Amino acid sequence: MADAGMLRFHVPEPEVRPGGTPDFSNVTIAAAGSVPRPDIDVDPRTIRDMAFSIIRVLNRDGKAVGPWAGLLSNEELLEGLRHMMTLRTFDARMQMAQRQGKTSFYMQHLGEEAVSCAFRKALAPGDMNFPTYRQAGLLIADGYPMVTMMNQIYSNEADPLKGRQLPIMYSSKEHGFFSISGNLATQYIQAVGWAMASAISNDSKIAAAWIGDGSTAESDFHSALVFASTYKAPVVLNVVNNQWAISTFQGIARGGSGTFAARGLGFGIPSLRVDGNDYLAVHAVAKWAAERARKNLGPTLVEYVTYRAGAHSSSDDPSAYRPKTESDAWPLGDPIVRLKNHLIGLGVWSDERHAQAEAEILDTVIAAQKEAESHGTLHAGGKPSTRDMFEGLYAEMPPHLRRQRQQAGV
Amino acid sequence: MPRRTMIEAIRDAMDVSMERDERVVVFGEDVGFFGGVFRCTQGLQAKYGKSRCFDAPINESGIVGSAIGMAAYGLKPCVEIQFADYMYPAYDQLTQEAARLRYRSNGDFTCPIVVRMPTGGGIFGGQTHSQSPEALFTHVSGLKTVVPSNPHDAKGLLIAAIEDPDPVIFLEPKRLYNGPFDGHHDRPVTPWSKHELGEVADGHYTVPLGKAVIRRAGSALTVLAYGTMVYVAQAAAEETGIDAEIIDLRTLLPLDLDAIVASVKKTGRCVIVHEATLTSGFGAELSALVQETCFYHLEAPVARVAGWDTPYPHAQEWDYFPGPARVGRALIETMEA
Repeated sequence: MADAGMLRFHVPEPEVRPGGTPDFSNVTIAAAGSVPRPDIDVDPRTIRDMAFSIIRVLNRDGKAVGPWAGLLSNEELLEGLRHMMTLRTFDARMQMAQRQGKTSFYMQHLGEEAVSCAFRKALAPGDMNFPTYRQAGLLIADGYPMVTMMNQIYSNEADPLKGRQLPIMYSSKEHGFFSISGNLATQYIQAVGWAMASAISNDSKIAAAWIGDGSTAESDFHSALVFASTYKAPVVLNVVNNQWAISTFQGIARGGSGTFAARGLGFGIPSLRVDGNDYLAVHAVAKWAAERARKNLGPTLVEYVTYRAGAHSSSDDPSAYRPKTESDAWPLGDPIVRLKNHLIGLGVWSDERHAQAEAEILDTVIAAQKEAESHGTLHAGGKPSTRDMFEGLYAEMPPHLRRQRQQAGV
Repeated sequence: MPRRTMIEAIRDAMDVSMERDERVVVFGEDVGFFGGVFRCTQGLQAKYGKSRCFDAPINESGIVGSAIGMAAYGLKPCVEIQFADYMYPAYDQLTQEAARLRYRSNGDFTCPIVVRMPTGGGIFGGQTHSQSPEALFTHVSGLKTVVPSNPHDAKGLLIAAIEDPDPVIFLEPKRLYNGPFDGHHDRPVTPWSKHELGEVADGHYTVPLGKAVIRRAGSALTVLAYGTMVYVAQAAAEETGIDAEIIDLRTLLPLDLDAIVASVKKTGRCVIVHEATLTSGFGAELSALVQETCFYHLEAPVARVAGWDTPYPHAQEWDYFPGPARVGRALIETMEA
């Protein structure tokens, strides 16, 4: 007890700040194929080490290896690549539209496309996601019209949400995409409640909860794990660890815990970590967790280890808090490049076809954008009416709101 | 007609609703096997099974948050917060999630939940078992807030709340659970079995949300009250001999403004009574509305009698509680103004 007597306050710091050399040497990456694939009814106590490893399928040579490989056909992989490319192109165009003043705000997925695109393909029709603001791949991969997404982003006259909600806070029950709140973590416990309801109703549908690394610090995360664990809710508890919560590095939320996945261990919830930039690994783990949920085996916690290559949002400038080249140093690479190389290795894809696909996707996105802009953008053209502002709060408008609407002259 | 306590009436409302609609589920702390600390859910688990009435962890944000998810799925959860004082961890879920889900998703998802919570003091519950947080709910766009004052209304309003397509906060004045307490804490309380509003019909009926009722017709002044204060106001009127018209608001939002305006225009005087703290309490809203709608009919300033702006104290409970003496003084002053 050498320095007993004076307490010292501890504030974690990231390894590197702007001006420094990016260093991820502390990120231990298991070799692709090295983590076993247990049966879904495995005793959670016997797989606790999975919360500290990383399940990976694609190796450095772009080959799919190990027990988590082999679930997807070449056609499905090609489709997955197209979804990720579409999401990236969509993001780039919408980010630009925000810079052009066509909307107030945007949030892109750069580097994280595999997580939501691959996860969607592990679900069945009727399952429900409770997404955060960085899972639009769930919609893209489910065939939700890009024009409708853009109408929402522009808050224009065709916005299905009537201009009431911030850009990208989509809602589509039909596509298993719960209305995004915009508050953090609140929907994690709601997903558990939805899953409990499905079990109460003896249904076969499952829920998927989504949260970021930073928001796991919220008490709602704890609430969700308690309820999911207690009632063995049919839910997949997803944690997207993209290393950064706006400017705050993940260590501020993680504290002394080894990993975010390890948070599930105290609840007896099987907790896995997966390479979030590996489309095949994300899909395989999601499928495993979804199957557990559907077979009454209860919740699974999945931490997707990825990296937010872009800014947090259109209002953020990451160069103020992390080295500009940090994303290049990220050891898990880029999800699109990795799946592309894998498909080329399989002999079903090529650089030429990739470039051609990029051009086609860009054309499609631009066409959708033109159509959306024909319905208006935030500050120009058609927009939701002032009357829309007063409607839809209650099933039936109460008298006080009717009076206020009259006062507003609508 | 059978007579029931307010507890029995509330239990009957849930029983009737669960019987009629299998989407109705009931849960909360100690709610399942035991039947709740106030016994409002007694017997429901035995009758409907553990899937429809069950114990929840001590986690109010989890109770309300999971209820929101269940409602989005298509169930109709009626959950209990053990004391209104415990609702604060759930406030985020109530105000930013439940209240706005229909609006922000343009009806793609809705949130038909009922959140029951015992409210008010008078049981020596101190700071953490006595609060009346209704104004924290009426201030939130998207919620409905109900405060019954008797077994008949409690059953009909609760069934209406459960059947309502939007989130409803259902505040149960716990001092009224067993009888119409009028603030005379040193006297025995008449049990509901001896009170006409303890008559609770069997089976299904509703009392519509958003409709006030006149508890005592009068011509001298109007008293706006809800919950326990209805009986305190009645006692004050009897004891002062002032011919007060006492309106039991029953639902604070949506508010029955028409009933208020009709009465105040008739009497020209208005006293507002609530147990919650004064500043920014629901009485402030009522006072403003009366001023806006009845100004040229008013003979006297609108008066408010409320809890003092302190935390609810333990030993000084009856100094804090706006009892019949304080309300009576306000009635006299308003008549003399």
